[in-house]
Amino acid sequence: MKKVLMGDHAVSHAAMLSRVQVISAYPITPQTYVVEELAEACRDGRLKAKFVMVESEHSAMACIIGACAAGSRAFTATSSHGLALMHEMLHWASGARLPVVMANCNRALGPPWNILCDHSDSMSQRDTGWIQFYVESNQEALDTVIQAYRIAEKVLLPVMVNLDGFFLTHTAEVVDVPDQDQVDAYLPPFSLPYKLDVEDPHSFGAICLDDNFMALKHDMQAAMDLARDAALEADEAFAEIFGRKYGLLEPYRMDHADTVLVTNGTITGTAREVVDDLRRRGVSVGLLKVRMLRPFPFAPVRSLLGDRERIAVIDRSVSYGLAGGLACEIRSALYGHDHGRPRVFGYIAGLGGKDVVPSDIEEIVNRTLTYEQPPRDDIWIGAGT
Amino acid sequence: MNPTMDPAKELMSPGHLACAGCGAAPAMRWALEALGPRTIVVMPACCWSIICGPYPHSALRVPTFHTAFETGAVTAAGIRASLDMQGLQDINVMVWAGDGGTFDIGFQALSAAAERNDDIIFVCYDNEAYMNTGIQRSSATPAGAWTTTTPGGKIRPKKNLVEIMAAHRIPYAATASIAFPDDFISKMTKAKGIKGTRFFHVLATCPTGWRIPSSHTVKLARLAVYSRAFPLYEVEDGERYTITVHPRDLPLRDYLEPQGRFRGLTKDQIEGLQEEVDRTWNRLTRLAGWSS
Ligand SMILES: Cc1ncc(C[n+]2csc(CCOP(=O)(O)OP(=O)(O)O)c2C)c(N)n1
Ligand SMILES: [Mg+2]
Repeated sequence: MKKVLMGDHAVSHAAMLSRVQVISAYPITPQTYVVEELAEACRDGRLKAKFVMVESEHSAMACIIGACAAGSRAFTATSSHGLALMHEMLHWASGARLPVVMANCNRALGPPWNILCDHSDSMSQRDTGWIQFYVESNQEALDTVIQAYRIAEKVLLPVMVNLDGFFLTHTAEVVDVPDQDQVDAYLPPFSLPYKLDVEDPHSFGAICLDDNFMALKHDMQAAMDLARDAALEADEAFAEIFGRKYGLLEPYRMDHADTVLVTNGTITGTAREVVDDLRRRGVSVGLLKVRMLRPFPFAPVRSLLGDRERIAVIDRSVSYGLAGGLACEIRSALYGHDHGRPRVFGYIAGLGGKDVVPSDIEEIVNRTLTYEQPPRDDIWIGAGT
Repeated sequence: MNPTMDPAKELMSPGHLACAGCGAAPAMRWALEALGPRTIVVMPACCWSIICGPYPHSALRVPTFHTAFETGAVTAAGIRASLDMQGLQDINVMVWAGDGGTFDIGFQALSAAAERNDDIIFVCYDNEAYMNTGIQRSSATPAGAWTTTTPGGKIRPKKNLVEIMAAHRIPYAATASIAFPDDFISKMTKAKGIKGTRFFHVLATCPTGWRIPSSHTVKLARLAVYSRAFPLYEVEDGERYTITVHPRDLPLRDYLEPQGRFRGLTKDQIEGLQEEVDRTWNRLTRLAGWSS
């Protein structure tokens, strides 16, 4: 059924449709509508779940870790400082191989205080063993949360679905909300190979100072490798039932494009317009949307970008003292492999909610075409420099 | 004094990794004796993270979930929520935390769980310092005690955590001692029958940190109770105080002097600590209706 939903409500609908059994969360702008709607749904009976109202995000993550380990499908949502506070527990969730799902409403970190969108929060958590998606629309947010449970429960790793604060969370769009029985057909009831069970007692997370430790960590990496295929399978199966499909990466007008823009999140929508416009004017430019950031889709990135002349990556965050994280990952995917050697230009734009408008993206393309070599590894757009 | 326990049915097995004379080991035995096999243990970082045994071994015959230092109470709350969703209301969820994981880093999550009255049992086995990491002070370290981070002896007294927990109006809060297993087990059995947040503060002697011979564990725990340094009582619904073991009229000195961690104390300092113990005891007897 088609509904007009803000991104936050697209996420809460997805959690309900996924029949989550335990929710725990702590409010932070711009995530609040997600949890308010879920609290309401638990009360009015639309959702049969326990909502544990905790005193911090750190506790929210610990709570759903416990709930999942005891055998329940569990959900939380957060943003920015909340995600940063969870950092330690993100490792606990993935290390315990618990398939929890979290929506993160991307927001800048202070100081100075800022409640608007950028990706510094989730980019800072790339090494925590979480699968990460970045979505472009409210429809994609809803669909990806449902897909996330299928992927997580297949490979036993947690999934973070990132949606741009305000640009999606607080913006209403038409969303096709799937029927419950269709989602039930897509997402089987929750089950884990091991759980806390008094009939079959085991110890979880006990100290391990021998070779098993490294073997267990290697298992996590192997599960990440499997997650790429699991995500493709989840996407295919989703398309069969719901008629929508996203891929791990989405190439847009990349045929014979010498120059390719690389984006994630909502900048992608603006970039599509700019690419259409530039193509009309005869500029050979295409666009690659990175939907899955972890595990990083190395092989398709190589085959899609390896033989281009110039790549322009737009990052909505920066690794201080280095460059944009996405740009660094694209560079690392391309280096040392048997293909051409595109020049990779890394741009930093849209921090703290700063709009990235079509003229910014056009400037990025123009600069990319003009520079002989990248003047630096991070080229800032809109910082007054 | 010891309860008669059937070794074949005990839920804690020999071969655990506690130091000789560790008071936290019998504490676990008494707790599980009361709670039985339908119990899930949540273990934040503490000595017991080690005592339990390394992967793939475990000294406990009940499911055990290790979790981050500060998350004992809320991890248990999550497990509880899941069990309730599955209709498994009869399973006990017991947090087993040290004093650091209770009084300090774990306190925020504990206070929140108590405010929600989550249906969990939280046991603090209190060895009065961060023993796992090498005897650093905690807010449960008593005044006058040496630790590696209070080389001149701690100045401030121990927090009164049972009163703080009682102030949350939880249905049950109690102190317990490894030297009084009957009292311990009967309190735990009573707590098992209550719904909501139940809090236990157990004094657990630590020969390594307290600088005592490992053979004196139970003796020191008994002296703590008899000298009123650690009175045994319970608080129901945040207000009904009951003293469960009568202390003897022993001076605090008898408890402090055998312990190396109090070796630096002067006579005057011991007198000051005695006054503090007397004040606290008088307050407790008033609350328990022994005096007015
Ligand atoms: C966030 C965090 N900080 C510090 C530590 C290191 N650490 C592990 S156990 C411990 C002390 C535990 O003290 P307590 O709770 O009293 O238990 P005990 O070791 O005395 O049994 C510390 C500081 C940790 N595991 N996690
Ligand atoms: Mg301790």
